[in-house]
Amino acid sequence: MKLPPFEYACPATLDEAIALLASRDGDAKAISGGQSLMPILAFRLASPSLLVDLKKLKGLDQIKIDASGITLGAKVSWRQIEDDKRLATAHPLLQEMISHVAHYQIRNRGTVGGSIAHADPAAEMPGFSVTCDAKIVVKGSSGERIIPAGEFFEGPLMTVLEADELITEIRLPPWPAARRWGMLEFARRRGDFAMGGVAVFYDLDAQGRAVDAHVGVIGAGSIPHRVPGAEAAINGTTVDETAILAAAKAAAAGVEPLTDIHASAAYRRNLISVLLERALRAAVAR
Amino acid sequence: MSKANRFVGSPVERLEDLRLLRGRGRFVDDLTAEGVLNAVILRSPVAHGIIKGIDTSAALAIPGVVAVLTAEEIGRPVPTIPIRLFASKLTEPLEQPCIADRKVRYVGEPVVLVIAESQAIAEDACDAVVLDIETLPPVVTREAAEKGQSLLFDELGTNRCARFTAIKGDADDAFRNAAYRRRERFGVHRHTAVFMEGRGLLAEWFEEEGKLVVQGGAKVPFATRKALSKQMNLPEDKIEVHEADTGGGFGSRGEFYPEDFLIPFAARYVGKPIKWVEDRREHLACSNHSRETEVEAEIACDKNGMVLGLRGTAFVDSGAYVRTNGLINPRNVSQFMSGPYHVPNINIVTDFYLSNKGPVGTYRGPGRYETDYVRERLFDMAANDLGIDRVEFRRRNLVREDQMPYQLPQIVETKSGDELDSGNYEVTLDQCLAEFKWAEKVEKYDGKLIDGRYHGLGLHCFIEGGAAGPKENARLVLEKSGNVSVYVGSSQVGQGVVTVLTQIAADALEMPMDKIAIFHGSTTGTKEGFGSFHSRSTVMGGSAIVVAAASLQKLMREAAGRRFNCAPGEVTLEDGKAQGPGGKSLTFAELAEEDISIEESFFNHKHTWAYGTHATHIAVDPQTGQVEVLEYVAVEDVGRMVNPLTLGGQAVGAIVQGLGGTFLEHLIYDGEGQLLTGTFADYLLPTAGDFPRIRAIMTGNYPSPINPLGVKGAGEGGIIPVGGIMANAIASALRSFNVQPLELPLSPPRIWKLIDDARPAEAAE
Ligand SMILES: Cc1cc2nc3c(=O)[nH]c(=O)nc-3n(C[C@H](O)[C@H](O)[C@H](O)COP(=O)(O)OP(=O)(O)OC[C@H]3O[C@@H](n4cnc5c(N)ncnc54)[C@H](O)[C@@H]3O)c2cc1C
Repeated sequence: MKLPPFEYACPATLDEAIALLASRDGDAKAISGGQSLMPILAFRLASPSLLVDLKKLKGLDQIKIDASGITLGAKVSWRQIEDDKRLATAHPLLQEMISHVAHYQIRNRGTVGGSIAHADPAAEMPGFSVTCDAKIVVKGSSGERIIPAGEFFEGPLMTVLEADELITEIRLPPWPAARRWGMLEFARRRGDFAMGGVAVFYDLDAQGRAVDAHVGVIGAGSIPHRVPGAEAAINGTTVDETAILAAAKAAAAGVEPLTDIHASAAYRRNLISVLLERALRAAVAR
Repeated sequence: MSKANRFVGSPVERLEDLRLLRGRGRFVDDLTAEGVLNAVILRSPVAHGIIKGIDTSAALAIPGVVAVLTAEEIGRPVPTIPIRLFASKLTEPLEQPCIADRKVRYVGEPVVLVIAESQAIAEDACDAVVLDIETLPPVVTREAAEKGQSLLFDELGTNRCARFTAIKGDADDAFRNAAYRRRERFGVHRHTAVFMEGRGLLAEWFEEEGKLVVQGGAKVPFATRKALSKQMNLPEDKIEVHEADTGGGFGSRGEFYPEDFLIPFAARYVGKPIKWVEDRREHLACSNHSRETEVEAEIACDKNGMVLGLRGTAFVDSGAYVRTNGLINPRNVSQFMSGPYHVPNINIVTDFYLSNKGPVGTYRGPGRYETDYVRERLFDMAANDLGIDRVEFRRRNLVREDQMPYQLPQIVETKSGDELDSGNYEVTLDQCLAEFKWAEKVEKYDGKLIDGRYHGLGLHCFIEGGAAGPKENARLVLEKSGNVSVYVGSSQVGQGVVTVLTQIAADALEMPMDKIAIFHGSTTGTKEGFGSFHSRSTVMGGSAIVVAAASLQKLMREAAGRRFNCAPGEVTLEDGKAQGPGGKSLTFAELAEEDISIEESFFNHKHTWAYGTHATHIAVDPQTGQVEVLEYVAVEDVGRMVNPLTLGGQAVGAIVQGLGGTFLEHLIYDGEGQLLTGTFADYLLPTAGDFPRIRAIMTGNYPSPINPLGVKGAGEGGIIPVGGIMANAIASALRSFNVQPLELPLSPPRIWKLIDDARPAEAAE
């Protein structure tokens, strides 16, 4: 399990990095925290001819919070998100989700941009970005694109990113202080990729009825996605027991999980339903 | 003469740890030599096939590649891995060739050995080898193995490679007349030992002396030397085998593997030191697997719950070859079904079948984890069916002290029996119940829905065998310093053998521990040695030391007698001095001016039987199938305790390992014989936080009569009850659903499915 041979470059600017990526006709890869790419190389599942290390690129490791929302630089690590005290109120769901990512050492190195580009269907950050209407800012030889997270993921480890494009930042809309939310996932051991996970939030209108419900799932199909049926079952209700059970049922119907060696599709479908039920109870109690 | 007993029985901290914790250990990957080259093995990508061609030209052309070896270069007939235990004429042709020749029989079988200047270059070269393998239908399932349409060895005519039949009394007669019988089918899944670091070797060839030095293995260095001597056509005294520090062995490390021949062979072939360390994918695919067993078992009782008989048939999967100790597994499945209980009539037939999967060997508690699971499950079912409390049911059937020594069934094929040596099993059961507060907890939790989870309790009585013969050696040397060096044939596999043997030697020699140095795990220390397996090091190595210590003291008295001009009997050895009549005195250092050393053997053909009871409290989330272990208490009597700290640590470790095997670990193959769990992302090991609430209470109340120390092999066995106790606790928790877990592992999807299938149709939808 040694890496295949490759060339290595460590450019100082974004433009240089993009030029390097563009120079190899799809055979160059960016490396950020290396926590997904290195195992892939060690297993020789990929052997790019050039690795472009992003570590010297400036300005991509900031968490910015203002009235327009939250911006995460592509190189922001899980550790930074966990340690940022502002996020406890600015975006509690983000911190909760990231607390489920991997283990201590990996959280020190793994990055937001790497995770989104890697597009593991069970990963938290892609699921979070889809659930929270994130916009993914990417830059390549042909300029900048701003892609809604819901349009970014195409399949397991597949995205709309071009070979010469880099993610630069993730933009999130502001998070109202009174927002109700819940997030739960189920993994065999703490820190493992989730067998299934659910994030939910909604706001309450003047009558105490839920509006603008968002329900997102991870590990429940080939890409993270929202579950409109479950959202509809929540919107306009007081999120009472009936609504919770209806939403849970809708979630089971609204996912197409896969069977693999760890669990059957039926199990995962049930899991998503159970997790949403419990996440909604937590949201109500919050 | 009474010996002072200062150290045996004391919680002496591990002598090994200071060195290891300071990073001064020498594990296999720390070993190196001047001019060392790296080896990487290209392994079969298919489970079953005929090798049509191997093109190594592109690999050889890569700069830095030194040699590329196949069966061709190694020479035919390719040496095979000898079967160390229970070998027979029948199994000889089923031994694994050290490199595939003509046929491949499992994914991971070595096909090409590449030697290069670095591991990365060697891996590049492996990628450049072109294999032409014509695939044959793989034998993956039990059905395919039994059907035998596709055969692993055509000449055998079947895939069945061994049978072990355990007989006692007349089972059929007992079943005919029994008031109660129940038959169930149980499955235990394939999983295996994983140590802290991979297996590996450093082999050096010294041309002038014609000598081979191999480092890195552990467990059975003398057996390894013997095998190498034959395979490489070298006299044994031209081969040295030394172990390195190890992060665990668990039965798997240190057995003879293909690499144990390939790496030394390559070292001689290229005339350079060669190092090979496996990666995790190789470990999971290629180290000995274990446990894959199906049992159809039946229990017969009278109406009072006295067990009349156990009978059944078992299937054990051998994988692609019969390896060194693989035959232990099916034999143990047959022999130990009755565990610590008096079962007058037994008939268990276990068949061992070849398949196109990784070959199996022993894993901590081999065959015992499996049979204990079956037996204790049947006991809970029978107790429940008969309306007898499960504790009472066990109490009635435990072997009593006055039945010792107690005969276990005979194995027909090997004409071998066994007998339980000593103990009072009921005392340990009661102690465990008291420690656990069983009665109180049954009342409070068992079968109850609390906090959305169903709580359940489980209880399990077991025995663990130890002290495999035939003998062990110890050589004691009185050094010029007056200290004693103790050379033993036992090996270090992380079990604290240095600590324990130092305690034993210190007491036997009546010397302080710091005046004693233990040397182990090398073929140079003793004439002969048998290693560490079957929980034998403390009993066999320890007893050899006791025997040798008495001889050494005799020699010291004789030497002093000559110098003092008195009879040896008049000499006392105390406080580092030999003293004779009239105040004559010599320090041990002065005594050692004359060479004083002795090698002795301890012989033993019987086994020791530690025994105990485990109890647990678990909670099941019915919506996810997740099981949490809330409490786990183990009580075990080990005859005489040498070190409660190391022993307790071993017991807790064994339990965690068992929980890993019961809940998480699973080697899964697909229909083509591809291993699907080749990384730690898919082969799930327990982590430090997963099973935190375990207590082990070790006692030494009933010494073994079969060795001078009274000790019993222990430390291995905490793993034995774990599958059974967990399945029973889950069944107890889920009693309102009336479900029975019969298959391991007890993964959340499996538990959830049991519950889901039991729910009324409309609720499940
Ligand atoms: C044991 C283990 C457990 C893990 N558990 C989890 C878990 O539970 N949940 C989870 O979400 N993740 C988990 N991970 C993955 C971890 O979070 C990774 O760090 C993350 O998925 C990738 O981030 P990275 O910065 O390490 O990316 P890298 O490994 O450096 O790169 C990953 C991919 O993204 C590309 N890339 C990187 N940065 C950019 C960029 N700015 N623009 C475009 N492409 C880019 C790379 O070219 C590569 O293809 C685990 C990893 C390990 C090793």
